Amino acid sequence: MLEILIYILLGIGIFFNVLAGVGLLRFPDVYTRLHAGTKCTTFGSIFICGSVIILGLKMWYQGSTDGSVLAIHTVGALVAILLTNPTGAHAIARAAHKSGVEPVGAVVDSLRKKSTKKAVKKKTEVKE
Amino acid sequence: MIAFIVTTIICFITYLLLTTGSGTIGLWSREELLFGFILSLIVGFVTGRIFVKEDFRMLNPVRWLTFIAYAIGPFFMGMAKANIDVAYRVITGKINPGIVKISPDLKTDLGITMLANSITLTPGTLSVDIDEDKNDLYIHWINVNEEALKGESVDCKYICGNFDKWIRRIAE
Repeated sequence: MLEILIYILLGIGIFFNVLAGVGLLRFPDVYTRLHAGTKCTTFGSIFICGSVIILGLKMWYQGSTDGSVLAIHTVGALVAILLTNPTGAHAIARAAHKSGVEPVGAVVDSLRKKSTKKAVKKKTEVKE
Repeated sequence: MIAFIVTTIICFITYLLLTTGSGTIGLWSREELLFGFILSLIVGFVTGRIFVKEDFRMLNPVRWLTFIAYAIGPFFMGMAKANIDVAYRVITGKINPGIVKISPDLKTDLGITMLANSITLTPGTLSVDIDEDKNDLYIHWINVNEEALKGESVDCKYICGNFDKWIRRIAE
């Protein structure tokens, strides 16, 4: 019974990770690709880690101390993924925008207005 | 002094979690317990002042319980919705992107970090840049809602629902 649950969680996780890969190929620019790359991989990894944690708890319940190692270390890995994945995506997006990559087909871009205003200010200061 | 004790306890708990299954006292061996305790004392002494800043608001267990409730309830639901939304866009290819500004009006660094990470992991939004003077966030939005664009900055409720209220309760 528990094995079926583990397989279902593993299946959901793999489905979302595959979707992230497809998204990376299909989307037009770096920002939309980051959408696919962060959300789907994090969500998929939660389910894969969940299945490993259930397996570890089951082994622990059956009396093997390896099970506790497996479960607790996987929780640690999950926390690390949840903290670092959005932070890394934010860093990449910020770097891309600073180096002048424009979002494809953007309806509105508030950030560009702000940065051009700043650049104009700097130029006028230099002239004075 | 409180900073030193808090950092030592957190380090010791982390060490114990990473070395389960090594022996017979509970789950740990005597050597691991002793060595972990000495290491935590050293780390707590050296980094206590960096780890805990001037105030101790985050030591309040009510805030931790609120954080856990937030992570399991509204945050996980938002994430599930985000993934179904992105899955739909991956398959159909319909996008309408743009970068908008929101003013969540949070004051602490921890609060704005949590909000930015929550935004990145929830429906169709990705935090791109931050205005550090006013704590405004610039968000890449994959499907821009035309109604939201009327004002100077976009209302929070279109981007992050009621996350800002939760985070204000946790971190401020």
